[in-house]
Amino acid sequence: MTHSNDPRGASRRDFFKISASAAAVAPVVASTALHAQPEQKPDPFAPVEVDLVVNGQRRRMALDARTTLLDALRRHAGLTGAKKGCDHGQCGACTVHVGGKRTLSCLTLAVMVREPVTTIEGLAATDGALHPMQQAFIDHDAFQCGYCTPGQIMSAVACVKEGHAGSADEIREYMSGNLCRCAAYPHIVTAIQQAKTQMEG
Amino acid sequence: MYAFSYHQPKTVRQAASLLAKNEDGKILAGGQTLLPTMKQRLAAPPALIDLGKVEGLSGIELKGRSLVIGATTKHVQVATSEIVKQAIPGLAEMAGMIGDPAVRNRGTIGGSVANNDPAADYPAACLALGATIITNTRKIPAEQFFTGLFETALEPGEVIVKISFPIVSKAAYAKFRNPASRYAMVGVFVAKRGSDIRVAVTGAGSNGVFRATALEEALKKRFSPKSLEGVSVSADGLNGDIHASPEYRAHLIGVMAKRAVTAAIGK
Ligand SMILES: Cc1cc2nc3c(=O)[nH]c(=O)nc-3n(C[C@H](O)[C@H](O)[C@H](O)COP(=O)(O)OP(=O)(O)OC[C@H]3O[C@@H](n4cnc5c(N)ncnc54)[C@H](O)[C@@H]3O)c2cc1C
Ligand code: FES
Ligand code: FES
Repeated sequence: MTHSNDPRGASRRDFFKISASAAAVAPVVASTALHAQPEQKPDPFAPVEVDLVVNGQRRRMALDARTTLLDALRRHAGLTGAKKGCDHGQCGACTVHVGGKRTLSCLTLAVMVREPVTTIEGLAATDGALHPMQQAFIDHDAFQCGYCTPGQIMSAVACVKEGHAGSADEIREYMSGNLCRCAAYPHIVTAIQQAKTQMEG
Repeated sequence: MYAFSYHQPKTVRQAASLLAKNEDGKILAGGQTLLPTMKQRLAAPPALIDLGKVEGLSGIELKGRSLVIGATTKHVQVATSEIVKQAIPGLAEMAGMIGDPAVRNRGTIGGSVANNDPAADYPAACLALGATIITNTRKIPAEQFFTGLFETALEPGEVIVKISFPIVSKAAYAKFRNPASRYAMVGVFVAKRGSDIRVAVTGAGSNGVFRATALEEALKKRFSPKSLEGVSVSADGLNGDIHASPEYRAHLIGVMAKRAVTAAIGK
């Protein structure tokens, strides 16, 4: 199965577009409330409303403003695919797509997110067929312990879509934000090369 | 991370007044520096004023002989913009060397300039290109803007709105990256506008970004990497850490300057 002629792939994208505009008009209640009474000292512990679209599903939550997108996904939305490696933007284990762009969910507050989010859980087709990148990681043993893998795969999908998978060197440069403690790097590069031909084929 | 109140102004004016009302509050742009700093408790602002919803702060345009970039424009936008590639290709390349793709997808030019990390890339570009930092209240020449380690001329309550780069005839950046963090161990931005030649160095100075005047003088005779041969850079006032000694950094400045001049001539 190639991804580009998968009809479900197309409809999923369309759905994202619709939900993106829906998310854009939804008011963020807490901040509006804060603005309504600027004279009063705002309570930093008051929960703020977070309105996310994750893997095509709308998720509304009231969270401490400090909650990162990573913690919102893992602790509040039950999506534990994105991993917490360093929590400081250095390892890439927490990479998800926000508005189609790879993003470190540990360096993004959930309240800041205004575009639809895709996590590793949302990558496979609805019938369970794996995304070509997921299959390629299995085919090439592109992991050992697997902890970095969700981030690697999300980053790899973006790397191909950005047009940065032209050569092994280019792949290494554009995957540099994703560390692998098991050093599966050579296999990750070959997996991306295989998936690229399928994604573009 | 300590608790903070979170605000989403829609205009620069609202952002500035929120800053004024919330003492020690901070602007939140891409969060790529501020959030890790807050997690480490090196910063504990009681209020965060998110620029994400402020209209008109992001974008790239040519205005006469200047390239004007909005404060919340992301590194990836500068790196891939056809306008920037045409006007100052060295600036687009520099933006494409910041961190990694995920950092470039959220980090902003305004955040980088306001933060003035001694190893950040944009301060070198601003200083070499003679940029002007435009805030909600005034225009600050880059020369006066970067005042020390993580220090700038910004007053409390001041918001960077855009940055204006005069278009130069030749410019390029050469960076010796720390392989782990990708910050500059030494980064040299070279720019030539008529007879005005500027060489700005980041990653090396113990007081942040600076101009390497000895290299500038040498390049005034002839804008060629050959002019830099035999010109040595003093290790006085340079950083030494586990990654590199001051002497090594001094040597790297010469090497990176030559590479930048070679690249600038080729553009
Ligand atoms: C893993 C990693 C690698 C990196 N590598 C590099 C690198 O190689 N080179 C490099 O240069 N940088 C690097 N960075 C830093 C990155 O470029 C940041 O994006 C940038 O320093 C800050 O931009 P931001 O938009 O994220 O700002 P934020 O983190 O949101 O803010 C930073 C500071 O600037 C202030 N601020 C932000 N916007 C404004 C404004 N408009 N007016 C006034 N004040 C403002 C904030 O209050 C805060 O104090 C790296 C970061 C990470 C996490
Ligand atoms: S957990 Fe986000 S980059 Fe490491
Ligand atoms: S597979 Fe173990 S960290 Fe990458």
